[in-house]
Amino acid sequence: MSLFRRKVEQEFDPTQPLVATGNLGRRHAVSRVAQGVAVVAALAAVAVLVIVIWAVVSHGAKAINWTFITSGYPTGIGPYLVGTAEIVAIATLMAMPIGVLIALFLSEYAGRRWARPVQLVLDVMNGLPSIIIALFLYILIVAATKQQSGFAAAIALAIIEVPLIARGTQEVLNLVPGAQREAADALGVARWRSILTIILPAASGGIVTATLLSVARAAGETAPMLLLNSLAKGDAVQFNPFHEIPNVPVRIFQLSEEANPEGFTEAWGLSLILIAIILALGLGSRFLLNRSKRKLAR
Amino acid sequence: MLFLCCALAAFLAFVVLVLIAKEVFEGAQPAFAKFGFSFITHQEWAPPLEKFGGRGLIFGTLITSAMALLIGAPVAISIGIFLALLAPVSVRNVISPLVEMLAAVPSVILGFWGLLVLGPFLVSTVEPFLHDTFGFIPLFGAPQTTGASIFSAGLILTIMVIPIIASVTRDLFMAVPRELQDGAAALGSTRWEVIRGVVLPTTLSGMTAACLLGLGRALGEAIAVSQVIGGGTESHLSLFKTGGTMASIIALQFPSAVSALHTASLYYLAGLLLVIGVASNLLASWVGMRFGAAGGAMR
Repeated sequence: MSLFRRKVEQEFDPTQPLVATGNLGRRHAVSRVAQGVAVVAALAAVAVLVIVIWAVVSHGAKAINWTFITSGYPTGIGPYLVGTAEIVAIATLMAMPIGVLIALFLSEYAGRRWARPVQLVLDVMNGLPSIIIALFLYILIVAATKQQSGFAAAIALAIIEVPLIARGTQEVLNLVPGAQREAADALGVARWRSILTIILPAASGGIVTATLLSVARAAGETAPMLLLNSLAKGDAVQFNPFHEIPNVPVRIFQLSEEANPEGFTEAWGLSLILIAIILALGLGSRFLLNRSKRKLAR
Repeated sequence: MLFLCCALAAFLAFVVLVLIAKEVFEGAQPAFAKFGFSFITHQEWAPPLEKFGGRGLIFGTLITSAMALLIGAPVAISIGIFLALLAPVSVRNVISPLVEMLAAVPSVILGFWGLLVLGPFLVSTVEPFLHDTFGFIPLFGAPQTTGASIFSAGLILTIMVIPIIASVTRDLFMAVPRELQDGAAALGSTRWEVIRGVVLPTTLSGMTAACLLGLGRALGEAIAVSQVIGGGTESHLSLFKTGGTMASIIALQFPSAVSALHTASLYYLAGLLLVIGVASNLLASWVGMRFGAAGGAMR
């Protein structure tokens, strides 16, 4: 704001033609530099993404072939992939209903008075370091049963997913036109029935999007796996969730801790598959979100 | 009936949160009984000798997070400015998803990349350069031979923090009323003066909240940091030596804890982390609420 003040301080002669004041060139230069910095910052972020993904793709592509994907330890990674899918599926089955219910509570039932504390709980939960959630479930389940399990890890992932699903669902519920709710009220439809038959179907696209995003986040989560579910060897697929289940993130972590070039190749291969799945989920959810938003806006 | 289910789900989230705090503090109880608050100021961390002090780890956590925020926040806010105010829509629609993709890269993969690619690069080129040029500052001590260092951990955290702050600030800047910006432009402001004089001041509180959000993420990141930081526990000023953070030492030592006291001390660290993390979160939402949702744009 000091710039404006300085201009006023100069003598103003209305008979003079309007010309640029002395420092206009400097001000434009400053503006251009600032814009340049912003462009460079954005390019830098994209460059980092490209460099990381390029490293993963170029190293990982060498590792990947059919036996690598389908066979088990020590030649392949099949059981890890299946294990991660199992754990994330269990976690999502637990987290999705709870997340959606919380979102419904926030947008349909809670007044201002109740929405605030619940929102705060969600925010705190969302910001909770995953390692702390892992330690919590370690005491609650692993230490109590003296047995690591995929199920314990799934609960940890569910705790991570709930705030994400709730936030995403809530955003899309807010987009459902109020007129639809009022129309249902005017027809004498009970609240629960209008929610189940009108509001939820209208928001279903957004709910799926939020769930996919939370799945993408959960699939790469390592800290809970490391503490709750890291002892499986990975030579066979494990379907009992109450045992250790081999999984991708822990395998990558363990391989990165060993100084073994062959292990590094396997870790790159695992990273490539994991990152491909996560990015595909992210892009898919973005596509779905745009579609459902268009539908709601109509 | 449905109302009851919804209310129960919300209550369940609250209960889980309280249970987490309770279990973590209970787990820390033996260590707290033994060390009390001197744990925070005590230096030595020697599991075989049953000696545990968190100062080095707290220091490591603070220095890596500070580094992430000092480098990450200006870059991320610049990205937010670019995406919200400068880029044409077509460019924004390409770059925005890419920045969000960066946030989606799992920490274990980022850490693995940091260990094998970033670390060696830093040791061979960046660290000797910084040491030779700024060696008189104790921060830039002699580089070590392994790639593991506090410096690379700080950079990895920077990469993780940038997309979080960038996407929040982008939304903030887009919410600044168009009329205010046009008004400043009509008074003859250059583009940068509009940003500096109108956009940044009106969104200051929102940017603070975004940075606190990023800080919370950086403080609690365990996996990527433990892969690149090298697992030391002493406090020293050099960025180029190995170190440890509270979260990373939990990830590294918990699975192979040597004694009950060791486990309890790790829970003590987790308790400290929980307190700091929740505090920064609450502060973020307080700043957001106190000064208005859109950064007080309509104050």
